[in-house]
Amino acid sequence: MTSPRTYISTFIALMALLAATVGAAYIDLGQLNLPIAMVISIAKTLLIVLFFMHVRHSSRVTWIFAAAGFFWLLILLCLAMADYATRPWTSVPPF
Amino acid sequence: MPEVHPGTAHQFETAEQQRDADIIGMWTFLATEVMFFGGLIMCYTFARFTYPQAFQAASHRLYVIYGGPNTAILLCSSFTMALAVRAAQMGQRKSLVTCLALTVLFGLAFLTVKGFEYHTDFVEHLVPRWDFKWQGAEARHAELFFWLYFTLTGLHAVHVTIGIVVLATLAIMAWRGRLSSDLPIEISGLYWHFVDIVWVFLFPLLYLVGHR
Repeated sequence: MTSPRTYISTFIALMALLAATVGAAYIDLGQLNLPIAMVISIAKTLLIVLFFMHVRHSSRVTWIFAAAGFFWLLILLCLAMADYATRPWTSVPPF
Repeated sequence: MPEVHPGTAHQFETAEQQRDADIIGMWTFLATEVMFFGGLIMCYTFARFTYPQAFQAASHRLYVIYGGPNTAILLCSSFTMALAVRAAQMGQRKSLVTCLALTVLFGLAFLTVKGFEYHTDFVEHLVPRWDFKWQGAEARHAELFFWLYFTLTGLHAVHVTIGIVVLATLAIMAWRGRLSSDLPIEISGLYWHFVDIVWVFLFPLLYLVGHR
């Protein structure tokens, strides 16, 4: 069973990351704004999944099932954008 | 004769195996939910990549003062949900009911803020197709952003509503002492945390495009 202290630390970390995400949005970092926001969101997701959703102490099968959906999403985004993002490099008319 | 475990369905050898199967079943459902929102996230990624200026201008019409606190409210609700699961595991009925009630209240607070925000969007003529007025360039591409905004936040709000109904039902059952296991709390908790994760991505993607 997870101790209340773990939940409190997770919660404080999540709030700090939320403040970081809002703070970073008000600084002009050019192309870096989006990657920073996404890295913070992924960090928050990991905290929620590992501690609030107890995956850290779950069986290996649960790990695989939990990762499957996110892995699928990664395939969708990467393969589709690999197509769209590289079309301007070729003579193929864009969209 | 195989050993009989009380409260265990016949296809499972132990109660623990049954418990694992139940939790994995919920994760399987959540994987389908990732795919459900994933299609829209793909739409969003492509549209934002194609119309970066319009998406930035449209995003700046949203109010961080609504979206930011709403993110905090959902994170609070996830915290009380995690405490509810712990209370259920410890068999502390009173604290379980309190934590579930707090989670429901945070959920309702989220929907209330969202309601006020939708009203603001409506007053500012930002509802696509129905009442959309855009002063700047690329009006159609800005309208596309608002299609995605209303679809994503609307579907998310539906998920929050379903979560509130489920958790309120469980809170009443726990109050009356009708819960014989902590498993329903654990599984509904997984759903609630997932809905929180969806918002964790929607907030920066919709409200914080480019820098403000």
